[in-house]
Amino acid sequence: MTLSLLIIIPIIGAVLVALLPRDRQDLTKWLALATALVNLAVSLPLYFNFADNLGYQFEEFAPWIPSLNINYHVGIDGLSLFLVLLTTFLSALAILSSWTAITEQVKEFMALMLLLETAMIGVFVSLDLFLFYLFWEASLIPMALLIGQWGGERRVYASIKFIIYTMAGSALMLVAALVLYVWAEPNTSDLPTLVAQSNIPANLQVWLFFAFALAFAVKVPLFPLHTWLPAAHVEAPTAGSIILAGVLLKMGTYGFLRFAIPLFPAAVPFWTPLLVGLAVIGILYGALVALFQEDVKSLVAYSSVAHMGFIVLGIFSGGQQGLSGAVLQMVNHGLSTGMLFFMVGVLYEQRHTRLFKEYGGIWVKVPLFGVFFLLAVFSSVGLPGLNGFVGEFVILLGTFKVNWVAATLGTFGIVLAAWYLLTAVRRMMFGPLNPANEGLRDMNGREMVIALALIVFCFAIGLFPNLLFDKINPATAELANLMNVTTLLAGK
Amino acid sequence: MPPIEFPILNFAALAPELIVLGTAAVVMLCDLFIRDKRLLGYLSLLGLMLAIPVCGVMLLAAPPPLSFQNMAVSDGYSLVLDLIFIITAALSILIALGYLDNKGMQRGEYYTLLLFATSGMMLMGAATDLIIVFMGLEIMSIGLYILAAFNRRQLASGEAGMKYFVLGAFASAFFLYGAALIYGATGTTNLQAIGAWFTPERGNLHDPLALVGLGLLLVGFGFKVAAVPFQWWTPDVYHGAPTSVTAFMSVGAKAAGFAALIRLLMVSFGHAFTLDWQIAVAVLAFITMTGGNLAALAQKDVKRMLAYSSIAHAGYILVGVAPGTMDGVNGVLFYLMSYAFMNIGAFAVITVLERRNEIGSTLTDYAGLATRKPLLALAMALFMFSLTGIPPFIGFWGKLYVFRAAVEANISWLAVAGMINSAISAFYYLGIVVQMYMRPAAIAGDGGETGPINLSGPITVTLAVAAIVTIVLGLWPTPLVNLTSLGLFG
Repeated sequence: MTLSLLIIIPIIGAVLVALLPRDRQDLTKWLALATALVNLAVSLPLYFNFADNLGYQFEEFAPWIPSLNINYHVGIDGLSLFLVLLTTFLSALAILSSWTAITEQVKEFMALMLLLETAMIGVFVSLDLFLFYLFWEASLIPMALLIGQWGGERRVYASIKFIIYTMAGSALMLVAALVLYVWAEPNTSDLPTLVAQSNIPANLQVWLFFAFALAFAVKVPLFPLHTWLPAAHVEAPTAGSIILAGVLLKMGTYGFLRFAIPLFPAAVPFWTPLLVGLAVIGILYGALVALFQEDVKSLVAYSSVAHMGFIVLGIFSGGQQGLSGAVLQMVNHGLSTGMLFFMVGVLYEQRHTRLFKEYGGIWVKVPLFGVFFLLAVFSSVGLPGLNGFVGEFVILLGTFKVNWVAATLGTFGIVLAAWYLLTAVRRMMFGPLNPANEGLRDMNGREMVIALALIVFCFAIGLFPNLLFDKINPATAELANLMNVTTLLAGK
Repeated sequence: MPPIEFPILNFAALAPELIVLGTAAVVMLCDLFIRDKRLLGYLSLLGLMLAIPVCGVMLLAAPPPLSFQNMAVSDGYSLVLDLIFIITAALSILIALGYLDNKGMQRGEYYTLLLFATSGMMLMGAATDLIIVFMGLEIMSIGLYILAAFNRRQLASGEAGMKYFVLGAFASAFFLYGAALIYGATGTTNLQAIGAWFTPERGNLHDPLALVGLGLLLVGFGFKVAAVPFQWWTPDVYHGAPTSVTAFMSVGAKAAGFAALIRLLMVSFGHAFTLDWQIAVAVLAFITMTGGNLAALAQKDVKRMLAYSSIAHAGYILVGVAPGTMDGVNGVLFYLMSYAFMNIGAFAVITVLERRNEIGSTLTDYAGLATRKPLLALAMALFMFSLTGIPPFIGFWGKLYVFRAAVEANISWLAVAGMINSAISAFYYLGIVVQMYMRPAAIAGDGGETGPINLSGPITVTLAVAAIVTIVLGLWPTPLVNLTSLGLFG
């Protein structure tokens, strides 16, 4: 029941929020936060009751459209467990982060945030192709409206670009899902059944993989399909950016792990060189472009392109190490980039600008902010002891074994990340104080709670990564096994 | 002298059609002495509501009875279609009740004509003979010609009626010529008998006369369902006609055209020329959805945009026709039913925003609607998402269903084209959502403002019903899937 509850609770919350009178803004916020917190509380037992073994857990199965054999089938394994937890965690924090930032149409904003949470959790727990597609597409609407309604100046452009890119990207995926469904005997869209059956000829697998991968590559986003991301990030309200970077991008990498690779293992060797190449280009390109950004949010957005490249690199290293690192890094990126966007939002709320030249030397004014910002940057660049280090290190280790060129180039990306992020710290925090920042206030209690919550987990993962790896490894071992077996077969 | 044998008519088999026809007659009579014409609208609704349970009972009863000497049948296929037509008519009447008042043209003929047209549509669904198909076609069309020109004070409305009439007559001529050629080839107008005439033993599977006849029939139906390249009349007629009529036409007339076309293709040409018409229909589907969508992109007027979008939807529906399988047919029925709700819902919103002396509404009229009328904007947004085919709304399942049939029949390229078209259509459907949610309302005095938004009771009901169905069946499409899977040929 847990997973269904996680899907339903935010919907109920959203409906209740929508029914509240418009002038009760505080009540609206509290109700939304309470809903998100309840959902977080409901999701926690998933971790503690998660058995470290193979297969799906917390599975639920119910007929949905029986005559077409399309069913409501949900469940999680090591690949999705932490993404579900990340979603409930970040959703609550994102709602809390918009406490004072959102003043207009609060009720619509909160309802959309909650609906978005439902869609994201649905994506991570669905084990039926059409159920997955439903949540996948449904997540577009709230996000596009969040950007378009509460975003910055070019919000409409960013919102439309976001929705068109994603829709166009996933158009082929539905057809590919239909092909799978029709190929199965009897027709089914049940993921475990389809993976077990796997009767698709290799040359068809190559095409179907492409159709799925296109949707996921847009979402990740993989170079050169990334152009929607900076636009969306820069224009989105802070909470939107947190969710976008923290969770939505992971839907892409998760899609590779859950669908594209297990369903079409024979196509993986064919596409791996291209995907690894694009991932490496993304790592370097994202980092180089980030170096030259004048807008903090835009810098973090491009850093996301680079970081997500690492995750794709890890996935297509083909080994268990790279896969585990990728899954861990998905969580890490959610925490550290979510935190970076949150910190930028704290400043933006006061100064309504994100340009570097407007800041400078603010450490003296806002020391607490400075410390947390620096920590978020350290987490993002992969300082040992923090979470980013573990993820990137394991990914590179796994990649080195199979492709030392990609790994070496990726390492450059880490160096560049340190460069652009620390430059950002220097330009914002140090140097002469811009008089416009005289009135800047330091973080308040609410903001501290959010930052602390995030940083605690960054340290926890950095110091005790096995708390996660123990649960991730069985699933990635199985996946790596599947990829290797097929590669061997293809070799013969 | 042998006794005269009276044919067995079996009126009961056409009970739904007769109920609607009877209601039309009663409404026409009552029009003579009822002052408040809105009562006639409610009377019409009552008649339509009466027909629904009748359809339901007949659907569950077996076997499908033939009637009128095998010229019409009430099989599952025609009964599901009856439900679609009845729902379309009912929702259109609800819109009209409010809209005709706003426009100052509340007159009794409106409801009579609409009901007659509906009975014509139902007859087209039930017809198993080309003659009856033609009768249904004319009953429907003549009603619609007048309805399109119903707003006498507006030139565009008259133009719409005239255009529809001239081109409709043209289409009828194509149809008749095609039917004549097929009769010439096969010696019968009965759909089943035409199908039985083609046998390998007789070596007539490639009869050229019948092929030409089939081609002409396709052209005739192409006009009626507004398929590219026979769509030229559509934008002007849909735009000029009163909006409540456009809502009715864009769903009902289209569904009726498809109803007869599909039965003809499946029953008469199920094993002759199958490859020919499948390719022809697939090509039609492709150019129809692409052409409709591309043209819709350029529109600034929402009513005109929906006119082009309805062309695109004819294309999606043709995707379900092309495979020539029962899955495709059931998919089309599903699509038509879902289209009735979401499209009429969208037109209902247009009627609300339309100014008294103007036609349609520009995109900018929708600016800031989300703050002015949150629920109205929400409903419109739902319809737009659903028309785009974004889950979890009912339009998604319609597309999934017809595309599945295409993939099953190994014409996946058509499904791919359909999905790419859906992404294109997102541009203009979401353009309305952008206006409603992301642009501020026009300030009074700059000429951009619309008048006070006048939401009448019946329109509110239409919107509520359409919106609820769009969401609920979007989340749980099983009832409609099960209903449409009853749509089999008797």
